[in-house]
Amino acid sequence: MLELYKGALDVPVILKRWYEEEAPNNYGAYIPFVGTVRAEDGIEGLSFDIYEPILQSWFRAWEQKANDKGAKVVMAHSIGDVMVHESSYIAAVFSPKRRVALELIDEYVEDFKASAPIWKYDIIDNKRIYAKERSTQIKGSGLLGGIQ
Amino acid sequence: MVRVEFLGPIQKEPLNIEANTLSDVAKILSQDEELKEWIATSAVAVNDMLVSSLDIPLKDGDKISLLPPVCGG
Repeated sequence: MLELYKGALDVPVILKRWYEEEAPNNYGAYIPFVGTVRAEDGIEGLSFDIYEPILQSWFRAWEQKANDKGAKVVMAHSIGDVMVHESSYIAAVFSPKRRVALELIDEYVEDFKASAPIWKYDIIDNKRIYAKERSTQIKGSGLLGGIQ
Repeated sequence: MVRVEFLGPIQKEPLNIEANTLSDVAKILSQDEELKEWIATSAVAVNDMLVSSLDIPLKDGDKISLLPPVCGG
């Protein structure tokens, strides 16, 4: 389940719904990761662009990978502006036993940061400034420039 | 004719160009000074699939997307 929302995520509501939806499915472990916007460098908030077709295929590959281990992944992300102390990202893993979920959540969140087609901007003085220094080139970048 | 789309912060309108391979696309885009830095750091997708080779043949109506460095979360 990949959920996209305009603006900040209602974290308690989403976590509760996922918990209740999966409760009958005999998973012994539910490990959510919640990303919250911190006050730093004078930002008012963050803003996000998403390219949904490739995000969907990235997520489907993760669903398959989790399924192969008897687990399930879900995620929610914001589109547009999310202000300081609000949350923009939730990833969670359900698995029958804790070990698989503990290992998968690490890999799942790190691969998301490295590969998911989402662009982040700082909001300063009501302007969006691309967070270039904090961004990561997707694997294989530079193909058209002959620089790998 | 193929369509080239620039995602996220690139802030450029899509282009329709004549190209038979991604090498042709690379040659055409490299003539645009504004795109130089983005070309060097962007991943490329053809019809929403990320690709890793310039030899991919293109056909009329294909969509090529440039994906600059990402930072979700």
